[in-house]
This record gives sequence, structure tokens and C-alpha cells, in this order.
Amino acid sequence: MSVIISGLLLGGTYALIAVGLTMQYGVSRIMNLANGENLVFACFVAFWLFTTFAINPILGIVLIVPLAFVLNWLIYTYAMRPLVDRAKNRGQLEVDSILATFGLLFILQGIMKLTFGGGYFNYNFLAVPVTIMGSNYGLNRIVAFIAAAVIAGALYLFLNHTRYGTAIRAVAVDPVSAGLVAIDVPRASAFAFALGGALTAASGALLSTFYTFNADMGIIFTMKALIIVIMGGVGDVRGAVLAALLLGLAETAVATFIDPGLTIAATYALFMLVLLFRPQGIFGKRPS
Amino acid sequence: MTWLNEKERRIAGFAAIAFGVVALLPLVDQGYYLSISVNIVMYVVLCTAWTLFSGPTHYISLATAAFFGIGTYTVALGIDTVPFPLLLVIAALASGLLACVVGIATLRLSGIYFVIFTLGLAELVRQVVTWLQTNFSSSLGLYVFTDFGEQHIYWMLLGLAAIVYITGWLINRSRLGFAMQIIGNDETVAKHVGIDTARAKVILFIISGAFIGIVGAILAPRFSYVQPPSAFNPMISFQVVIMALLGGTKRIWGPLLGVIPFTILFDQVTAYFPNHTSFVIGIAFMAIVYLLPQGVLGRLEDLVRLRKRFRMVSAEEGNNP
Repeated sequence: MSVIISGLLLGGTYALIAVGLTMQYGVSRIMNLANGENLVFACFVAFWLFTTFAINPILGIVLIVPLAFVLNWLIYTYAMRPLVDRAKNRGQLEVDSILATFGLLFILQGIMKLTFGGGYFNYNFLAVPVTIMGSNYGLNRIVAFIAAAVIAGALYLFLNHTRYGTAIRAVAVDPVSAGLVAIDVPRASAFAFALGGALTAASGALLSTFYTFNADMGIIFTMKALIIVIMGGVGDVRGAVLAALLLGLAETAVATFIDPGLTIAATYALFMLVLLFRPQGIFGKRPS
Repeated sequence: MTWLNEKERRIAGFAAIAFGVVALLPLVDQGYYLSISVNIVMYVVLCTAWTLFSGPTHYISLATAAFFGIGTYTVALGIDTVPFPLLLVIAALASGLLACVVGIATLRLSGIYFVIFTLGLAELVRQVVTWLQTNFSSSLGLYVFTDFGEQHIYWMLLGLAAIVYITGWLINRSRLGFAMQIIGNDETVAKHVGIDTARAKVILFIISGAFIGIVGAILAPRFSYVQPPSAFNPMISFQVVIMALLGGTKRIWGPLLGVIPFTILFDQVTAYFPNHTSFVIGIAFMAIVYLLPQGVLGRLEDLVRLRKRFRMVSAEEGNNP
């Protein structure tokens, strides 16, 4: 039972990262491999706000999210748009965006290493045990899970019950046809990219309350998020959330019953199963 | 298959002489220049082997560190009991097998699955090796004691480079090479003319992976103490991608143009600005995307084309004064 609850708590944070990435890849068609750096950057900002100004990280999100939104909007406009404009087909855009965001990954990593050093960081926030069904869990983990659930719920309502959210879903389905019904596709793509970055930054701020982080762990999170996105089906928010919870469960189970050093092996085992049996994603339809 | 024509014979002769001259280096210097030359030849083999697969398919493979590490570990585990040449064969088979599994799982689908899978592959193999060692063996590191000096590693790598170039040239002339050209230009067309695209890609990935494994095996004596984090160093994968694309992947000798300048630059930066290496890698990726999409090779070919056009124009003007 304790494995299931810790697995779900971990999966909640993964879900928010993956939802951010699925917005960027599913709507803007940019494979952003620097998304993990975005997350780590938010961890550092939350850490800095908490230790220097004693700002509560949950409140810190209110500062971090708009900052990440603007930063990602600028990245999309100045670095990614030229690639979108010159790409002849989707495959070329994928290769170009992978290479460009690798560049971004290493530059951001370099900046963080120079500023904060290569050490491990953490801080104490709500590190109080809470007892659920006879086992103890950190209050910070539970608060982070609830905050992630609230943010994901708000995103779901936005995408499915507002006019602009519908427009964004239309771009995800087919950018060319979306243009025909008077949707400003470049603007919607930039918005989705920035929103995805902001969501990832929010999950970074939440993660920093209970996780020990350092400047080079971004790529592991990017990889897990990518695997979740593929498992859930590209651009599918419900699928990403379900896949993230599954991954959280699988990792916690392997760490508890076999060895904590084998979490990536657990991730890959799930990934292999999906590739072999449902490459179109959990909720995806088979291409006819 | 016809035998060599006039032009090919000239290229082969020139290449043989060049290899011979380069092979004399250890007689002149045994210090810094030999050591950086070992690095250069190592990356030449790695990048050329990488290009064998990623050149025609345009799939960015980040599996280099995994194959390399498997090669290194094969030698580290077997050096006391198995003769070295046999270890090289085992290293090639082991990394080829891994390439086969990865290829079968991902290459039937679109390229993005392949990139994501290879992104964490080195980390996955490292975790599994570490787990096996902590649970089934006494120590985490392995000693590799051999009589090989830096110059022997250098000669072995040079020999391997020659084999890789010849293999690449043979593939280009074969049915497989022709199939890959069509797949690279348009995969749908390739499928329609009856090419088993997944099979062709998997075969090429296995060849490429096996060569990378051999490089890891040859370099194992240089480490002398092998541990999972040093053998499966993910930076190798990124550096290989940068150097190969910087040089250009359209021709088999393209990566050479990227490896030599980048290895020297990276060596200098590591020596004088050790905290800024990430910036070099980041800026190199940016430069490839925004400034050199076809690599140095592409720029050179543009120049040659310009010169030809210029000559043609001036010749025409000469005919009609």
C-alpha cells in the first residue's frame, strides 16, 4: 500500500513535467530536449527565493510561472521560429529542433554550473510526517501532489472549455487546417510552447520542496518526460497523466522491491512494452 | 561488381600513402602529440562509424557511449583469461547484439522513438552493469593491465579506421547502400519499390554499433582502471554527434573535417577553461543548426560549385568577346 501511495505522489510531479512537454511537442511540434533544464532552473529559483527571501515555494510558483512563460516565449520566437519556417517537412524540423535544443541544454547547464556550482542542493520545507493508512509520508510531497493536480485540472478545463483552448487543440490535430479556420497558428504555437515551459517550471518548483537536485540532472527528467509523452500518446493530456502515474508506480515498486539503482531500467522496461504493443499511446487509435 | 577504375585506384593509392605517413607519428613523438592524435583517430573512427548509419537515415543516435562502454567492459572482464584479439571480436558481437535489440524495438517506428530510446541507453546499461557488479561481484572497478603503450593503441585505431573506411565504401557500392540512398531521399518511395526499410536500417545500425564497440575495447588499456561512470560517459555520444555533423555526413570522409578542429579546440578548452566545456558543446550545437546545416563539407561543396560556375561563365565570355 505504501508503495502505491508513494508511487502516485511521485507520478503526480512527473505528470506535470510530461504535460508541459506534450504541449510543446504536440502543439508547437518542437522536440524540446532542454525542457529538463527548464525544470532544474525553476528548482534553483525556488531554492534561491526560499533561502534568500524566505518566500514559500508554493507562493514562489506565482513568480516563477510568468517568468518561465516569458522566457520560453522568447526562446520560441527567436530560436525555434526560424527552424519552423525553413523546415521542408516534419522530419527535418524534428532533427533541427533536437540539435538546437541540445545546444540550449548545454548552455543553460553551463550557466547553472557557473552560478551555483556542481553540488547537490535541497532545503527544508514542510518536512513533517503525515500518517496515511499506517505509513508516514512527507507533508511536502502531499502538498506538491495536490498543487500539481490543481494545475493539471486547470489546464484541462482551459483546453476543453475555452475558445482559445479549443484553438490550441485544433493546431495540435492539424496546423494547416487550423490556419484555414482563421486560427493564428504561429501565435498559438508560441503560446503553447510558452505554456508548456511554464508548466514544467511549476513542476520544478514543486519538485524542489522534496527532492535533492543538482545542475546536471535535467536530462534524466527530459528522458522520463519523453517516455511518458510517448506512452500517453503525443499531445494527449489525459494519456500523459495516466502514463506518469504508471511510471511513478513502476519506479517506486522497483526501487522498493529490487534496487533503488535500477529506476531507469524500470522506465525502459515500460517503454519497451509500449513500443512493442501500443506505439500509438495508451489512448491512441491505430492509424488506418 | 566491377573492380577499381582509374580514379578510384588513384584515391586508394593516395589514401594508402596518407595512412602510411600518419602511422609514422609515434617514431617522431611519444608525448603530447601522440596522445592528442590517439584522441583524433578515436573520434575519426567513432564519427565515421556513426555516419555509416546516421548519415543516410538522418536519425540522431545517442547510443555511442553505450556501445563504447560495452567494448571497454568486455576487455576489462576478459583481459586475464582471453587473448586480446578474441576480446575485440566479442566486443563487436556484444555491441552488435545490443544494436540489434534497440534497432528491432525502435526502427520499425518513426525516428523520434529511436532518438528517445538512445538518449538514455548508456545510462540504462550503466545502471544494469553497476547493479550486476554490486550484487554478484566483490568490487565496483576492474583493473586492465596490458603491455600496450600509447603507440600500440594508436596503430590499432588506425588499422580500424582503414577497415571502417573500406566497409563504408563497400556498403555504398552494394545493394544495401543503394537501398539506404533511396530511404534517405524518400522513405515512402523506398517502401513502394519493395525495400524492407526496417531491415536495412537495423543491419546498418548493427554494423555501426559493432565498430563503436571495438573502439571501446581498443581504448580499455588506456583507462587501466575501469568503472561504470568512466566507461559509460554520456559526453562521448554528444561529442560524436557534434563532430560528425560539423564535418558533414554526406560523404564518408566528411566527419574528418569536423573531428580534427573540434578535438584540438576541446582539448585546449578542457586544459585552460575546465568550467566552460558545456558552453563549447552548446555553442557547437547551435552553430551546426544555424550556420552549418550541411557541415564544413557542405560549405566546401558550395565553394567548389561556385568556382565551377565562375569558370563556366568566364569561358563563355572568352568564346564570345
